[in-house]
Amino acid sequence: MNNPYFDLLMWARGPGFDIALTIMVGGILLRLVEIFVLGRKKDLAAPKGNGVLQGLRTVFTRSVPRKGAMKEAPVTYIAGYLFHIGFFVAFLFLGAHIALIGDLIGIQWPAANKALIEIATAIAVVALIALLWTRFKDPVRRALSTFDDYLVWVLSILPLVTGYAAVNTMFGDSTLMMAIHMLSAEALMIAFPFTKLMHAVTFAVSRYYNGSIQGRKGAES
Amino acid sequence: MSASLEKGLNALREQIDAPVASFFTSCVSCGICAEACLFYQETGDPKYTPIHKLEPMRRIWSNEFTLLGRAKSMLGMGRKVTEQDLADWEELVYDSCTMCGRCTLVCPVGNDITMMIRKMREGMSASGNAPEELVAGAKRHWEKGSPMGDLLPALTAHVKNVEKSTGIQVNVDKKGVDYLVILSAQEVAVYNEVIEALARILDKAGVSWTFSSEAFEGTNVGIQIGSKDLAREFVSRTVNAAEKLKVKGVISPECGHAYQALRWEGPNLIGRTYPFEVVHVIELLDRLRADGRLKTKGMDHAKLTFHDPCQINRRGGINHEPRRLLNMVADNFTETEDAGTMNWCCGGGGGVGSNESATELRLQAFQRKKRQFEAVAPEKIVTMCAYCHHILEESLEHYDMDIEVQGLTELMAEYLEDA
Ligand code: SF4
Ligand code: SF4
Repeated sequence: MNNPYFDLLMWARGPGFDIALTIMVGGILLRLVEIFVLGRKKDLAAPKGNGVLQGLRTVFTRSVPRKGAMKEAPVTYIAGYLFHIGFFVAFLFLGAHIALIGDLIGIQWPAANKALIEIATAIAVVALIALLWTRFKDPVRRALSTFDDYLVWVLSILPLVTGYAAVNTMFGDSTLMMAIHMLSAEALMIAFPFTKLMHAVTFAVSRYYNGSIQGRKGAES
Repeated sequence: MSASLEKGLNALREQIDAPVASFFTSCVSCGICAEACLFYQETGDPKYTPIHKLEPMRRIWSNEFTLLGRAKSMLGMGRKVTEQDLADWEELVYDSCTMCGRCTLVCPVGNDITMMIRKMREGMSASGNAPEELVAGAKRHWEKGSPMGDLLPALTAHVKNVEKSTGIQVNVDKKGVDYLVILSAQEVAVYNEVIEALARILDKAGVSWTFSSEAFEGTNVGIQIGSKDLAREFVSRTVNAAEKLKVKGVISPECGHAYQALRWEGPNLIGRTYPFEVVHVIELLDRLRADGRLKTKGMDHAKLTFHDPCQINRRGGINHEPRRLLNMVADNFTETEDAGTMNWCCGGGGGVGSNESATELRLQAFQRKKRQFEAVAPEKIVTMCAYCHHILEESLEHYDMDIEVQGLTELMAEYLEDA
């Protein structure tokens, strides 16, 4: 074991990961508290529909685009779906990831084969490139984009690319590549609570509010 | 910092609650909300992207309500909201948003952008950045009882005429009847045919009702301008009258934001639940239909289509009722594209129609509606909001389109069984 990068990998797998996980979990909780302490006033208008039920339903139904919406922003929608699906397949079904999560929370599930993981990774990377392209090219998206959007883009693509490279021993030393992969994932975890990555948690809260506000009125959401 | 800016910022701070914080946290700047907005769609100008209209409020939230933002602020980083920002945003918050609610229904993370625009207007009006027409309207409303001035003499005259032409007694300030009928200012001033229509329908159905000389119109400039204090006062007038007359219910007129004000915002504005029910007039007609108390005879054979008022359908939940009624009296009823929940706004809601500076933009935004009407080529457009009615007529005339517009209550009365 005289690979010069071994110590780095060990650090990334050990203390590095622990630090990142602590910041991520603690940060998410803090951000959620920050939201919920603001509270919301009780709605005194007599309800016409069931807000709670529709709120819960909207958490799921909003995952499907409204009729006709897809064709208005095809790149954003299609690449958006492909990225999320690709990223989660690669993240949740790679054997090594499952082992890691298993260590943390004690549950396991079957891994997917290598080819599927690689296809998913490639799809996610291509989708991210398409999303960046539309962010540059489309005036609405360009105007909306801030440093946060580009930072999150970089932080999202790095674990995908470095993971692929490490598994396939591309770009030189595989120990170094694996260490970089872990560090990039940790950077993503650390940034999570402080960037728009938070949407991965708060989307459910927002959709619930949206659905419950509309639902009380007997309106669709 | 000037006093008015401070006031505006405080009003905005007061508006930031858990849903707002969750919405800003969730935004992924995907831009999908732009595609839903008539102002972006018909101009192609990215400044009309719905979430961008909230940038000053987002900045306050970010600077003062988030950990990272507060840290940045302490280091002197993070852009502050200036007087100039609020002045610059007036066009975006008032002229180019009808609070139609389409963006709220497409945002993939579920942000209720429209609700935030309503909140943002609280800060804008508190800082003196509301459009002058709305401010003047609010002043007239405050002093003379309606944004169109004192309408009581006009109402009294209409009541007399209706009694004469129908032989039906129209009550004013009568206690203990079922319903207090509220109209929209537009109806009293212009589309007063609705009074006769309603009198005939309710008389046939055996519903007892009254007008109140103290509260007979439901327009609420307070909501459009974004001033909860004004809005509370205007809603209170109706609530007080209804309580004084001890009615079981209040009938909200064919007016989008009156329904929003009376039915949904009202109890929250006055801080208590109502001791009476608020029902939209079309909701009531549909109930009477279901009970067999609204009977019609004959059919309108003209090709007609329906325009959904945003505040009544998308943001009010009344979608199937008008359609059931229309199908009772029309055998050539054709829907436009996107009809129903995702219907496009007429362009005049949320106070936009009264802002002089918005006229050109609003007519441009109307082109979406125009194309949809052209595709159906109706002889008549039916709607259930007197203000949509007014804006539709004005916009159709602007584009030289000769199509009649009619309120649904009036159409129903035309086919009322007279036996
Ligand atoms: S659609 Fe929603 S998430 Fe996308 S930019 Fe608009 S507000 Fe943000
Ligand atoms: S409420 Fe309607 S007009 Fe206002 S920003 Fe949203 S889509 Fe545009």
